[in-house]
Parts: sequence; C-alpha cells; structure tokens
Amino acid sequence: MFNEVLHTIPQVLIDGLTLGAVYAVIAIGYTMVYGILELINFAHGEIFMSGAFIGTAILLVLTGIGWVSSLPAIVMLIAVLLITAVLTGFLGMGIERVAYRPLRNAPRLIPLITAIGISFLLQDIVRFIAELKKGNYIVTGPSLFTHQLSIKASSVSSIFNDATIKTSFVIVLVTAVIMMIGLDLFVNRTKWGMAMRAVAQDRETASLMTINVNKVISITFFIGSALGGATGVLFAVQYGTIDPYIGFILGLKAFTAAVLGGIGNIRGAMFGGLLLGLLEMFASANLTLLSHGIFGAEYKDVFAFIILILVLLFKPEGLFGKPVTEKV
Amino acid sequence: MLQLNNVETFYGGIQALKGIDVAVEKGEIVTLIGSNGAGKSTTLKSISGLTKVKAGTIFYNGTDISNKPAHETTLLGIAHVPEGRRIFPRLTVKENLLMGAFSVKSKQVIEERMQQVFHYFPKLKGRLEQKGGTMSGGEQQMLAIGRALMMKPDLLMLDEPSMGLAPIIVEQIFEIIKELNDEGITILLVEQNAYQALQIADRGYVIQTGEIKLKGNGHELITNDEVREAYLA
Repeated sequence: MFNEVLHTIPQVLIDGLTLGAVYAVIAIGYTMVYGILELINFAHGEIFMSGAFIGTAILLVLTGIGWVSSLPAIVMLIAVLLITAVLTGFLGMGIERVAYRPLRNAPRLIPLITAIGISFLLQDIVRFIAELKKGNYIVTGPSLFTHQLSIKASSVSSIFNDATIKTSFVIVLVTAVIMMIGLDLFVNRTKWGMAMRAVAQDRETASLMTINVNKVISITFFIGSALGGATGVLFAVQYGTIDPYIGFILGLKAFTAAVLGGIGNIRGAMFGGLLLGLLEMFASANLTLLSHGIFGAEYKDVFAFIILILVLLFKPEGLFGKPVTEKV
Repeated sequence: MLQLNNVETFYGGIQALKGIDVAVEKGEIVTLIGSNGAGKSTTLKSISGLTKVKAGTIFYNGTDISNKPAHETTLLGIAHVPEGRRIFPRLTVKENLLMGAFSVKSKQVIEERMQQVFHYFPKLKGRLEQKGGTMSGGEQQMLAIGRALMMKPDLLMLDEPSMGLAPIIVEQIFEIIKELNDEGITILLVEQNAYQALQIADRGYVIQTGEIKLKGNGHELITNDEVREAYLA
C-alpha cells in the first residue's frame, strides 16, 4: 500500500502545488484585510468569483472579434489578468469605502455580517448579469492553453508514476508564484508596504506619522482584491467552467489556509495555502486506498475543514502566528 | 504658536475636557500636570487630531487646526509622542525611524535626520535591525522620541515620557528634552512626574477633571502650596 501511495506522489505534488497556489493568493487577501482591520472579509471569495467572470467575459468578447486566435495565448492572458486585477481591485476598494468604512468603529460582528451580505449581493449580481447575457449562469470560457506535458517521474525512480500536467497548470502556478513574490517585496521593501505594516500594528500611532490611514486601508483592499480577481482568471483558465457560487467553497478553503498559516501573517498565508493544497490533493488521491474504500476522493473537502477545526482547537494562532496576549 | 480656546472634548457621553485654554509660545517648554484621568492626554490628542473636538478652537501658527485629522496636523510640524511610547513592535528600529520620516521624499534628508537622532540617542545606532518590541522601556522611549524627531517638528508634544522608567533613565530623557528645546524645538510636556516637569518648564498648567485649575511659570507652580500638596507630596 505504501508503494501505491508513493506512485501517486509526482502527480499529487503538481496538482497540489497548483491548487495550493490558488488558495495561497486568495488567502493573502483574507489575511491582509484581517491584519489591518481585524475583519474577516467574507466577500473576498466573491471578489475571486467576480474576477473569474470578468476575465471570462473579456475573453469571450475578444474571441467574438477574433483577437484570441490572432494573438499569442500568453499575451492574451497577461492582458486579461491585468485588466481584471484593476477592475476587481477597484471593486474591493469600493466595497470597503461603501460598506465597511462607515462601520469602522462598530462592534466587530456588524462588519462581519455586512461582509456576508456583500457576498450574497455579488453572487446575485453576477448571476443576474450572466443570465441576462448568456441565458445561463454557468459559463464556459474559451480555452487558451490545451497542451499536455508529461513528466517522466518514473525515469527518476521506478517507485513514481509519470505525471501529466496541462500547460494551464504551469501557467497558474507560475503566475501565482510571481504574484506572491511581488506582494512580498511590496510589503517588506517599499515605503507604502511599510506603512501598511505600521497601520496593521497600531493604526492611531501610524496616523501620527503623517500616514493617511484610510488611504492605506484602501490600498490594502485594492491589492488584496486585485490578487483575488486575477486568481479568479487563473481558475477560469484552468477549469474552463465557472458559476457564481465558486467563490464560496474556495473562499472558505483559502480562509482555512490563512488560519492555518496564522491569520494576519502574509507569508503564513502563502505557506498555509500551499500546504492545504498539497494535503487536499494527497487526500483526494489516496483516501480510498488508505481507508480501504470507506472514504472516497469526495471527502477531500471534509479533510480540509477538519484541518481548520484542528488548528482552531489546538493552535488557534496558526503555524506562524504568535499567541495573542490581551492588551490591558 | 499654539492656542487652545475653550476646547471641549467628549469620549462617548463623558466630557473629558470642559473648556480648556492653553497657549504655547515659540521656544517654550510648557507642561501640563495633573492626576490620572484629569484630561492631560486628551488635550494632546485633541491638538494632534486623534480625538474630535466638540467645541472651541485650536490655532497653530495662525491656522485653525481644530478637528484636522492627525496625518494633516503632523504635516504642519506637530509631533506627538503618545503615552506608552507606542512604537511599532514588529517593525525594526530602522523601520520605526523611517516611519517618522514618512512624508519626506529625499533619501539624503532622511539620512541626515537619522544621524541627528543618533546624536541624541547613540544607543539606537547599534540596534537598527532589532525589532522595536524587543527593546527595554527606556530604549523604546528613546526610539519614540527619535521617531518623532525624524519629522523635524517645530512643536514636540510628549505624553508621560517618564512613565515606568528607572530614575536614571528619566534623568537622561529630561536632559535630552532640555537639549532639544535649546536647539529651538518648542515642547509641550504632559507629566505625572510633576516635580521634574516643572523644573525644566518655562510655564505650566494644572489640569483637574477637564479644567485648568492653575497656571503660572515653573517656579511659581513648584512653590505653590496647593500644587505641593496635591502633586509634589
């Protein structure tokens, strides 16, 4: 049985890292907003979903006027990613301005429930528009990358099976990694990134440093939402078919990843995302085998949320968080 | 330089300041003394814009700054070192100092100011890469003042700089406050340590439950019987 598990490792690694990278980038959005406002922005999953729809819509329009076939796919993808990122960035910023800022000093439960309300609102707006334009809210976009690559893992060691990857997986993984590195550099090396960390640590004192706190919060929402929206495009490119409800489960998983890494900690969220993706893919590939057929691959979601519960029970500060000492 | 006229401030339903008049002239050291909860910190917060002013006006160099947000008043040259130092615990010492110079674009100016901070607080120089939160109370106070100096303020407002520090460190801090004043920085100092504050102050105000109870020059207050009994005993 051990050997059979080993056979699957190359494929689990590739699929898990790709899925994990998607979780990681979305988890960053949760963790950034939490770090700065102590708000779990449940609408973030819907920002991701909106990104998937905006990207697909752009691709469909461009296909209609014949651009998709005439330009290299990678150029198309970059253009669509950028446009979508900017649009969802402004969407996230606008949501903060309209829905969260007026509640800045309200008890924490109130903005949390508002965030859930925004989720439903976005789901229904997207569903409405999709139905209006396509007559169906389940939308399939054009596929940009259809090549298959085969990795001859068996030539490294006969224990491993060969793994296959679609080119789109590689694109997703590479793009997500670039986004994460870019964000990490921004937060740790730039002046505004430093201001963001200062605001997260002590908002009042940051304002005494001539930092416009509202501006920093807007930037935080813009960046988190732009990354989330761009990841939505990647998701659409990878899986092809999307609906207005994909943000819910994926958002919850990304939230789990953020908690796993220690909510508020950006690098923790990246690590938590990758780890969760790997664990989930491992479970999906091997649960049947390991449980002698009692549990099937469909239990992988249960597996992810068991992790959430375990983390909350035994290490609520996450893998990289510090235990919180109550301020006196 | 700074005039507070009949300033009233509320926290929720509680009135923290009940019409305060305070004036600070250029080049002075002015101190606000009073017991816990008298409204000393609230006065500073009202000036810097951290709390909203309900009534009255605050003028700084002729401009009305009442209810200007903190990030704007600080741009005018008012630096506020808050109570409890409030350095950024997970930023390094260097990053803390850089935050003080957030509005400064020129790298050269930032470097010059940092050298000036090291002149007053040589200890900070060897600690640049250390996280702020790992330093001792005295070092954190030095960092907090250093961070404020990075703004090159005209008016430096210090809230309880001696709080929780060993007497020898308090001595050093007051020494430096005096030195900064000699360099031309106007100081507004809030202290519970009234004796020490009045010793270096040109003038002082005694605040009690949100009202100015007494005012006078440092020497007058230090020899005033009421002050002696209430705050210097």
